[in-house]
Amino acid sequence: MAALTREETEALIQEVLEVYPEQARKDRAKHLAVNDQSLEKSNKCITSNRKSQPGVMTIRGCAYAGSKGVVWGPIKDMIHISHGPVGCGQYSRAGRRNYYVGTTGVNTFGTMNFTSDFQEKDIVFGGDKKLAKIMLEIEELFPLHKGISIQSECPIGLIGDDIEAVAKKANKEIGKPVVPVRCEGFRGVSQSLGHHIANDAIRDWVLENRDGDESFPTTPYDVAVIGDYNIGGDAWASRTLLEEMGLRVVAQWSGDGTIAEMEKTPKVKLNLIHCYRSMNYIARHMEEKYKIPWIEYNFFGPTKIAESLRKIAALFDETIQAGAERVIAKYQAEYDAVIAKYKPRLQGKRVMLYVGGLRPRHVIGAYEDLGMEVVGTGYEFGHNDDYDRTIKEMGNATLIYDDVTGYEFEEFVKKVQPDLIGSGIKEKYIFQKMGIPFRQMHSWDYSGPYHGYDGFAIFARDMDMTLNNPCWKQVKVPWKTDESTKVAVAASA
Amino acid sequence: MPSVMLKKNAEGKLVFYVPKKDLEEVAESVEFDSPEKWGGEVLLSDGSKYYFEPINAQPDFPVTLRAKRLDSGE
Ligand code: SF4
Repeated sequence: MAALTREETEALIQEVLEVYPEQARKDRAKHLAVNDQSLEKSNKCITSNRKSQPGVMTIRGCAYAGSKGVVWGPIKDMIHISHGPVGCGQYSRAGRRNYYVGTTGVNTFGTMNFTSDFQEKDIVFGGDKKLAKIMLEIEELFPLHKGISIQSECPIGLIGDDIEAVAKKANKEIGKPVVPVRCEGFRGVSQSLGHHIANDAIRDWVLENRDGDESFPTTPYDVAVIGDYNIGGDAWASRTLLEEMGLRVVAQWSGDGTIAEMEKTPKVKLNLIHCYRSMNYIARHMEEKYKIPWIEYNFFGPTKIAESLRKIAALFDETIQAGAERVIAKYQAEYDAVIAKYKPRLQGKRVMLYVGGLRPRHVIGAYEDLGMEVVGTGYEFGHNDDYDRTIKEMGNATLIYDDVTGYEFEEFVKKVQPDLIGSGIKEKYIFQKMGIPFRQMHSWDYSGPYHGYDGFAIFARDMDMTLNNPCWKQVKVPWKTDESTKVAVAASA
Repeated sequence: MPSVMLKKNAEGKLVFYVPKKDLEEVAESVEFDSPEKWGGEVLLSDGSKYYFEPINAQPDFPVTLRAKRLDSGE
């Protein structure tokens, strides 16, 4: 199918909006837009970070998911208590594939679920005593943990427990950092506020721990990787490139990260931000307080990797700049081969994306390296500044949808007929049943890494494997295959 | 009275960031911008205007300051 023109895309949006009652139509219209590259600011064309409409199928999560699931959860040597009823933590346990090194249950705890398992009596009489007891038990059972964070679920804010007081007391008793996080699920309109609250908790309870302590030997090449959650090993594939160009990665936030690394971050020379949405707050704070500059980078696909490596190197001296060129040259044969192999199989294919807060814009370059085109994109919980950064990445007249509803997404797909959709688990089976190849772009569909040059090879293979899979020819219903048509024609003759 | 985080970008221009509103704008002009006096009216590239109580020195950027919104520019 040929690309839609601006008028056609606008008409499509109007058509999709038609079924809504007036109020909902007005509201949703603000979240759907046709991309216009000439705009500098996204607020001229799209509204974001607003409460979802009641009655629609939104794909968002809650603030607890943003804090426990994203920012804090991957800090591997701390124990993160899901404070409240058992479900919030248990249903999300180990789902995000944040890889780490260590022995689970001994010195790392990433895939375990710790919860205070609230019962009725805890709601009625308060859960502070129980929380205090849990922390002492943790200290006894898992003595090698390096700290505890308390991740509040909805009831904590509702019943007014004083987790800060409990945390301070426990901190004295066990002599390790204890961090209360007020990330109750009802705060904010999506998981995004949870990221912000989690960042603020790091700022208030962790970052200052080593202020005034100069015992850590620094170098002029110290950097921190922030906002890489090591999904399927992403952070490792990124870190090797940075190290090869001569930088020293002092801390990884938060995939495969430790609390010691976070405490050392104020000593670095530059903060490198991958996921801007979830961690820009802490980067801005460190810039103000410790005068550490930060930059965003993108390690999806060779074009963006080279761009980012050079951008990072430009902030250092010639040795690092030469190092960046060396790294790009070293891997060139490798990624050229990947492109030579897969581009002919993927050229011209059209992709629609709908992911969280970063990838809707970050992965575009990687698809383009393979000759593919992204014709629609949108964020679950992006803000204005994310859409500002998206306009230039997307082609003119492409579709942009914010907090898309299940219905809208299906209708868009039916009309646009993309060759591939990249979104999450909740969307996967719907689109597969519609006969459209689908990749999960949150969990990499249990594959990965996708970051870095090593990741690009896997990314290309996965896209090819999905798109050109012979199974798509089999999903037609039996009465629509050539065979049955022939039989039907013969019978009616 | 929003809190505004101010920093200089690579080109030396003032960047204006209001966390609550995800507003990230470059400042077009600053009324007083000398080593002895800084502040006054700040005009952003989107047309909106803010006012900072003038101070007797350049702030140590990046820094968070309180500003008054003068007009929306729309
Ligand atoms: S909204 Fe509340 S109850 Fe639901 S998962 Fe989030 S914290 Fe738990």
